[in-house]
Amino acid sequence: MYIIGELINGMYANIGSAIKEKNKSVIQKCALDQVNAGADALDINCGPASSQPVLDMAWLVEVVQEVTVKPLSLDSSKPVAIESGLKVLKNKGIINSTTADSGKLEILVPLAKKYNAKLIGITISAKGIPQNKDQRLELAATIISFCSDAGFSLEDLFLDPILMPVNVAQAQMMDILESIREFKVIAGPSLKTIIGLSNVSQGAHQRPLINRTFAVMAAAYGLDAAILNPLDKDLMDAIISAELILNKQIYCDAYLDAYRKK
Amino acid sequence: MATQLMIEKWLGNVSTTTIGATKAEGGTRANVVKIGGEQGLPFLFQEAAMPNKPVIAFEVWDIPPVDWPDELVKSLGSVVNDPFAWAEKCVSEYKAKILCVRMQGAHPDFGNKSADDSAKFISQLLKKVSVPLIIVGSGDDQKDSQVLPLCCEAAKSERCLVGSAVQENYKTLVGAVLADGHNIIAESPIDINIAKQLNILISDMGLSLDRIVINPTIGALGYGLEYAYSIMERARLAALAGDKTVGSPFICFVGQETWRTKEAMISQKEFPAWGPEAQRGVAWEIVTAAALIQAGADLLVMRHPKAVEKVNKYIGSLMESSL
Repeated sequence: MYIIGELINGMYANIGSAIKEKNKSVIQKCALDQVNAGADALDINCGPASSQPVLDMAWLVEVVQEVTVKPLSLDSSKPVAIESGLKVLKNKGIINSTTADSGKLEILVPLAKKYNAKLIGITISAKGIPQNKDQRLELAATIISFCSDAGFSLEDLFLDPILMPVNVAQAQMMDILESIREFKVIAGPSLKTIIGLSNVSQGAHQRPLINRTFAVMAAAYGLDAAILNPLDKDLMDAIISAELILNKQIYCDAYLDAYRKK
Repeated sequence: MATQLMIEKWLGNVSTTTIGATKAEGGTRANVVKIGGEQGLPFLFQEAAMPNKPVIAFEVWDIPPVDWPDELVKSLGSVVNDPFAWAEKCVSEYKAKILCVRMQGAHPDFGNKSADDSAKFISQLLKKVSVPLIIVGSGDDQKDSQVLPLCCEAAKSERCLVGSAVQENYKTLVGAVLADGHNIIAESPIDINIAKQLNILISDMGLSLDRIVINPTIGALGYGLEYAYSIMERARLAALAGDKTVGSPFICFVGQETWRTKEAMISQKEFPAWGPEAQRGVAWEIVTAAALIQAGADLLVMRHPKAVEKVNKYIGSLMESSL
């Protein structure tokens, strides 16, 4: 599974104050810790408290790029903040994210094309959060057809079925899992799917347990990528083991180490 | 309508292992042999590059061969009674680019030569021939643990390929190989899980993955060839998908496995319907090698000069389409 580390987010107190004080070492340590724990890419989010997201995003990208060449996922609801990050990216990045609203798609898809970035498309719209699998599929179709028409390569698109907290939307969990499987067959070659894992346990007790249980189930439904906390070793071990059961990795006694080495 | 090829894109590749060191590199070899480096499945040149072609190593022993069928011994001639002459003949007459010397004489049942004597043999052999060497033990783990480290030392800086490390016994050899600048053969019993585990154990000791060559253990045609084939194919597919821990080149002991089969050994007198044994064994060695080359074999250790000649020709014709 393609792991995007979620910890560089101004929402967390240590990162929030590091951004404010322009403290590079806190950010860089957080980046390296995640990479060493197995992250394939890092999410960069200046957080809701940032008063100058355009400057903060570019600063974060530059600071993280000093210590790793892993791809960065630029996470903001403001396209200007995303673009300021894209401008200073050295490697192919990921835009996190567009919704199925035409207003968003019209800005972010051309941006992804211009900067040769990947794009996460979340199946929500101004009408709200979808309530079942069919609504998710409809929104996915909207995103896919917009991207196709705009000449954006679907190989660079990740579809996110929008994961809801289990204590809010328990009835939707199976819809979400089935959406992952069905997103993959909408277009050929098979589209990539992604989730923001931590949402599933928002506000619940036993968060790590709920997170890793869902991650393993989603892996079985064919999930390709997840934004999550890679420092949660039990979570990473569970995902690696799930890939083993799914015959995506060759077993050996040291398979956990082997995965982290590759 | 023209047929459209389905082209696979691979993320990973096989590591490249260099055997032999020239003067400039601190050794005394006249040439080096590079194996591995494939970026796709064998010979699918439209899909990916295959920078190094499969290489055949002649097998020689440090003592006259024991239990080899008459036909095989006859093909090599009287030189087999003198290991140095045998090695020299492989290089001068059969144009071997690399030799695989088996320290059979150190085996407790085959003369029990001392580790010092074995090391001396390697020193002398290095003076007699200038091609890179593969050095393999006698098969007696305990004795090999004494013999191989001294052979490694005798060949210091010549960047040989030395084996075999097995899961139960690898530390001594890895240490010796690290100290003297060689490559190692990691042997697993037709078991991909152990092959992967052993590569991890060896690389954990500090020997980089590009200095490991996997011996997946093979069977000759009719003796489990297809098991070896499928193990090699599975490892190679995983390597190409990005798993570096199984991304080492393969060495296959084709001669050793072929020349102990009933089909290669038994005389026409005993099985008239099988035809002359002179052709049968050679054919068996050729067919076994040809199949393994398609499975991804990078280095083939073979015995019969005629079989080597034919398989070299086969490799040449396969590589032609890369031009």
